[in-house]
Amino acid sequence: MRFRRPEFITHELRRKLVTSMKRRTLLKGTFASGVIVTAASAGLLKPVEVLAAAWPKSAFAGKSIDTALKSLYGGNSVTKSKAIKIKAPIQAENGAVVPIAVSTSLPDPESLSIFVNVNARPLTANIVLSKAAGFFSGRIKMAKTSDVQVVVKSGGKLHSASAKIKVTVGGCGG
Amino acid sequence: MARKMKIRTRTQQGMIEILTLVNHPMETGLRKDKKTKKIIPAHYIQKMVLYHNGKVAAQANLGIAISEDPLLGFRLPDAKDGDKVKVTWSDNKGESGSIETIVEG
Repeated sequence: MRFRRPEFITHELRRKLVTSMKRRTLLKGTFASGVIVTAASAGLLKPVEVLAAAWPKSAFAGKSIDTALKSLYGGNSVTKSKAIKIKAPIQAENGAVVPIAVSTSLPDPESLSIFVNVNARPLTANIVLSKAAGFFSGRIKMAKTSDVQVVVKSGGKLHSASAKIKVTVGGCGG
Repeated sequence: MARKMKIRTRTQQGMIEILTLVNHPMETGLRKDKKTKKIIPAHYIQKMVLYHNGKVAAQANLGIAISEDPLLGFRLPDAKDGDKVKVTWSDNKGESGSIETIVEG
């Protein structure tokens, strides 16, 4: 009986175990970065909110790409562009973690947004590029197989490109 | 609580790329706890700001569809070795953090 595979170790429990292990490493890290922590608690570091623009709440709450685009940019007329490249897997094994990298050769990109068509909240990320190059990479969640649309604002116009990513296991509530 | 962060710089296609990782659950607020049937409250990073030599270089506004422990990459065209870069983040529960490093191509 001792060697029977313990069935009570569900996926969820395993996840919890892994998290607690992570927490242990996190504790170690906290000691190492003790100086930063003290600096933060002493109020030496300025809060981010003061320095940066507000988070576009209504755009992220938008349930379709159109409404999100309107609230972000004030318009939804986009032109297809070949100057935007999306680097992503054709098929993602896990919808909770889909690596994606976006780059554009459009001149002077002002901002870059990533939308996942089927997600409950399509707007995934909106990056305001003040001085950075037209590039962004990250890992996103996708509910199921969908088109991923990238919108880049350059020279006052909206340009877009999209790529289809197949997902075998969904990333929301799975 | 201070969350663990990592930052790395490297050269990619003639530009400095900055990769940052934050140890964060990124809870969407749409998931349900399977046992209690209650919705797990949303807890996710909303803003990440990249500073280059003290000036804002990029601001990423993030939504709930960014994966757990977000790893984000930016590229700076005019950065060089020895420059200071800093990344700060803040989430919807008021938590925040920051990390600084010096560019090494």
